[in-house]
Parts: sequence; C-alpha cells; structure tokens
Amino acid sequence: MKLTVHGRQGYAYTGGKPFDPELPCVIFVHGAVNDHTVWTLLARWFAHHGHSVLAVDLPGHMRSEGPALKTVEQMADWLLALMDAAGVTQAAVAGHSMGSLVALAAAAKAPDRFTHLGLLGSCVPMPVPQPLLALSKQDVAAAVDRVVSFSFSGLAAKPSYPGPGVWLHGAARGLMHQVMRAQGDALLFHTDFSACNNYQQGLQHAQAVRCPAAMVLGQQDQMTLPKAAQPVAQLLRAQVHSVPAGHFLMQEQPDPVLNALRAWLSMPALSTQA
Amino acid sequence: MAGISDPGFDTLALHAGAAPDPTTGARAVPIVLSTSFVFENSEHAASLFNLERSGHVYSRISNPTNAVLEERIAALEGGSGAIATASGQAALHLAICTLAGAGNHVVASSALYGGSHNLLHYTLKRFGIQTTFVQPADIDGWRAAIRPETRLLLGETLGNPGLDVLDIPTLSSIAHEAGLPLLVDSTFTTPWLMKPFEHGADLIFHSATKFLCGHGTVVGGLLVDSGRFDWHKSDRFPELNQPYEGFHGMVFSEESTDGAFLLRARREGLRDFGACMSPHTAWLILQGIETLPLRMARHVENTRKVVAFLVAHPMVAAVGYPELETHRSHALAKKLLPRGCGAVFSFDLKGSRAQGRAFIEALKLFSHLANVGDCRSLVIHPASTTHFRMDDAALQAAGITPGTIRLSIGLEDAADLIDDLKRAFTRAEKTA
Repeated sequence: MKLTVHGRQGYAYTGGKPFDPELPCVIFVHGAVNDHTVWTLLARWFAHHGHSVLAVDLPGHMRSEGPALKTVEQMADWLLALMDAAGVTQAAVAGHSMGSLVALAAAAKAPDRFTHLGLLGSCVPMPVPQPLLALSKQDVAAAVDRVVSFSFSGLAAKPSYPGPGVWLHGAARGLMHQVMRAQGDALLFHTDFSACNNYQQGLQHAQAVRCPAAMVLGQQDQMTLPKAAQPVAQLLRAQVHSVPAGHFLMQEQPDPVLNALRAWLSMPALSTQA
Repeated sequence: MAGISDPGFDTLALHAGAAPDPTTGARAVPIVLSTSFVFENSEHAASLFNLERSGHVYSRISNPTNAVLEERIAALEGGSGAIATASGQAALHLAICTLAGAGNHVVASSALYGGSHNLLHYTLKRFGIQTTFVQPADIDGWRAAIRPETRLLLGETLGNPGLDVLDIPTLSSIAHEAGLPLLVDSTFTTPWLMKPFEHGADLIFHSATKFLCGHGTVVGGLLVDSGRFDWHKSDRFPELNQPYEGFHGMVFSEESTDGAFLLRARREGLRDFGACMSPHTAWLILQGIETLPLRMARHVENTRKVVAFLVAHPMVAAVGYPELETHRSHALAKKLLPRGCGAVFSFDLKGSRAQGRAFIEALKLFSHLANVGDCRSLVIHPASTTHFRMDDAALQAAGITPGTIRLSIGLEDAADLIDDLKRAFTRAEKTA
C-alpha cells in the first residue's frame, strides 16, 4: 500500500489482504538495511487472523522514497505520520533490531497510540562497533558479509524462510544488497547502523511507554546480546520470549516467533487497561 | 571472518543445510520418502497453503531431503536459494518459463549443450518463445540481439563443446543495462571452479547429473537464484511484480525482495509443470557434493596431464582446452577460471572417419557414452551423437568438426588413462 508521508511516497505491505482500518492494527518495522519482507510470514498470518497489517519500508529502503532518515527519533516521527496517513489511531507495533528502537521511540513519543510494544532481536542501547562503521564506508560488501556472518546461529535453519530451499545467509546478503541498490544510496548501511549507535535515549524512552511490552530474543544472538536486553526489559516490565536462534530470528525460527507474538498480542491492550 | 556462521567452501559442502536429525539423531541426511506431510490441525494446514507459515506440504513442491540439497548448492554458489528439478533440462525449462511466455524472446549463446539448443531452437519456439543465438565472444552481437520482448540472456560457463569461456562480467553488464537477468549453465565448472554470481550472473542452473553427483548414478537438475536481481523495478516481469491470479493475487516481489523468482518458480513451475526431483536422487547428489572439492581438484589434475599428452601427440590436430595459449578463450580463462577449466574438453583427430571410429572403439578405460562429469573417464563423438541434429553450419558455429572427439576425464590414475589413449592412437594409425 502506497501512502504519502511527510510529502514523500511511503510503502507498507499489508499481508496479502487489503488494509482495513477498522480491524486491530499491527505495525511491523524492519531493521537496518532490510525491508518489509523480513516480516512476510508473520504479516500474512496476522492479516489472515483478524488484524490489519502495516509492514513498512522505512524511508530510503526499497519502496519508500528516500532520503534515509539519520536518527531513530526521525524514523519514529515518520512512523507516527504514516499511521496518520493510513487512518490508524492506535496500533500494536513490533520492530526488529533497528526497527525495535524505532518502535520504542514511537511508543514513548505517543504512548496513547500503541496498544502493544514488541521488541525483537533488540537491546538498549544498541552500540555498533566502530570498525564495522568504518568498514561500511570502505567496503560495504565486506560490512554486509560481517553482519550476516554474525546474524545466524547455524547452517541449517529449518524449515527455512519464507519457505524450504532458501539459504538464509545468502538471502540476507541478497536482501541487503538490493535494499542498498534500490535508491542508489551507497551510505545507507552506514546511516542505519549509525542511527542505532547514536540512539542514546532508549532507556529514558522506555520509562515513558505505557502499553504492555514483550521482547523476543535469540538465544545465540551475537549482534544484540540477550543479556544486554535486560535493562530495557525490566523498565518495560516486558514479557520475555527466548527462541533458539541468532539475530535474524524471524527467518531462523518463524514458528516460535509467531507463537511469541501471538502471546504478546493476547496481553491486555493499553485501551483495555485504561 | 571465518566461523560457525561463515565457514569455507569445503565445510559448506558437508554441512550447509543439514544438521543432525532432531527426531532420530541421524548424522547423515535422512532420505524422506514421503509424498506428503501431516498438518497439526486445520488452521496449520490453511496457513501453510497461504504462505503464512513455512513448511512442507507435498513433495512435488518441497521435501526435507531436497531442501537440504537446495540450501547446500545455494550456499556453495553464494546464492539465496535453489530448486531441485528432475533434470538439468527441467531446471533450464523452469527458469525460462518462470520469466517468459508466448511472444517473449531469449538471447542465447550459440555454444550450448545440444539438449539446450533443442529446447530453445525447436521446442520453446512451438510455445511462442523465440531465441536469437549469438557467438559467445560476439559482445556487440549480444547487445544487438536484445529486443523489447527479451526476458533473459543465457550462456554456459564453458560452452559445449568448444569450451568458449563466457564473459560473464561483460554480459551481465549488458543484461543489467537492459533490465534483464543473465542465466548461466554452470554444469561444467561447478562452484568449485567458478562462482558466476561473483561475476554478475543472476541465475544459475546445473545438470547435477554431472560433476555435482559425480558418480554417473542419477539424473537431476538445480536452479539457483542470486537473490540480487531487482524484479520489482523492471516492467518486463509482470509474472513477478504484478498480481498472480493463480495464487490469490500474490505479488511475488512484494512477498520476497530476494526470493521472488524462486517463489514463483516453486509455486507455479513445480506445482504445474511438476518436474520435481526424487528425494532419493537428492540424497545421491548430496553424497556427491560432499566430496566435490576433492573430486574437482583431481579431475583438473588428471585433465592437465591428459591435455599435455594430447598436445604432444602427432595424430592430434588440435586440443581445445582454455588453459592452452592457443585456445581463443585463454585470456578469459585465466581471469575467470584460475582453479582450472574443468575436465571436459575436445580434440581433433587427424585422419579419416574410420580412424576416428577405430580410436573410440579401441579405448578400454574410457567408456563410450553420452554423459560427462562421471568419476570414470568417458568419450564421445559429438557430430554423430549429442549434436547430430545440427546441420553443418550450426556445427561449425558451435566449433565442432567431423573429427572432434570429446573426453570427460575421470578420477583414475592419469598414467592409466594416457596408456589407454596411446593404445587407441596406435589402433587408429593401423586403420589408415
């Protein structure tokens, strides 16, 4: 679905069904140098089980017009504007990695607009090693390889994502290269990972969140270590789900992540609590 | 940085896509000979059919053993995924028919395996898909042959039978300038000798019957996607970026940025054409791939010794191996194939047709048959077998003469192979 956000074209995948603003809405926000397709299975499941879905492409990523936004707060403002454009007053929001920071910041900026907050593959703060940031300017293909090599827990995730026969490491590389090339932004990798690294208000923002929260963490995540998620989990009083996966947990373990998000959405919503 | 998530080629050849079976603890890949797979409940069934969950439904579409093979070849090629098919021909057909239909057009190398030539020149034409054949080194010819209705460029890493090395970096640039993918037949080289995706190719197919299986036991094919072609952007591929009525209006490029092609190929091509691979075949090809690095090194080592012997033999008019400076693709081979140019090549025998026949019939270790890439050495006469449907002009265009003999060098002792060839040359000489 195309939407005009801040005067530019934005895009959100609706899970294979037309968007219906009357249904409870779930928003999915992807991570650095990714796009909405990291959520395909989950988006389709929720869209076909009583929800409306907006799995967004952040500005400068694949189908949403750039330039890419440089800070997590700017991305959160954009997300709130996208909700306005879609006619969504209140929604559950789930983000992965960088997208989890965007979801957290949005839920802090507009606490009444979110019924549930879900953070997947996340920790707060989310520091990025300086050598990786430097590498992304010198040799972005090598930086992509580095991230992919640290993002999976093994060599045989079954039944694979989005279906059998997909080699997840290669698919992750392919996606990142396509996202970088789509709008010709050679610095997109650096922009996204710098946004993660520079977002320092996360724990402060967590204190402003009012809706029930859940975290879904990969037990073997080497990018956002599960133990580094404890402070924000405590501040959010989050339900914590641990799945046997690395950082790209939606791809490695799609069914356990679905089960975790179903449990998350079964938590009493903000509007019910109020 | 090498590690558990980023291992080297030899490790991937053994481990990619496979882990000890969680149910039985089996360390080797189990052969899952089951046509279908039980649903947990009705909701689970519906969500599998509607691509809300990942999993296996029916073995024509996917199977656990085949999935290991598909992931493994994708890992070795540096691709995003793969589909196992009934044969290499089925893989080529699946690739073309996922992207093209009646009224569309293919630009292909003129130096193709005879079966591929048949499919393009005769059979697909009957279904409305036209092909323009271009000499592999005629770069301007490739560019000029592209039309608005063209859907892909196609060539072989090592053209059959003259071993013209495909200039993948240049041809992929030409293809991409036109918004088209480059499909490459990598059967002769395997990913151990060359990874075409690293040079710009977008799709690869293999006759896995050959070196990947390596033992001359089963027929199978593999179609691999790089995951890097932007199907969404091009207006030439409505099959991938417009709603497909055959699957609830699904837009495949919206579902998967890196996997749109394979989604369509599996959800339409395997579903409807049905040229799937048996899990037993997949297992035998996996067995072959586990030793691919060791075998390919030996294939190349033996081939170099046999080539050196033939070059020096007085009854040999020419040897067509790209590592030789006399080969027209020598410079390109040095650039793209530093590990070697494979184990299949041709040479031209001096003398009459009768001498050629005598030569082949005198061989004892080399088996006279229509295959390549076996662990055993093989020999064939292309003009009377694999390329017999071609007229003289087409034969000449493909670099074949009536005296051309093709060898596929196996894993025997090289000295024994050379002794066998010496014996055959002596017989041919006496036949004169």
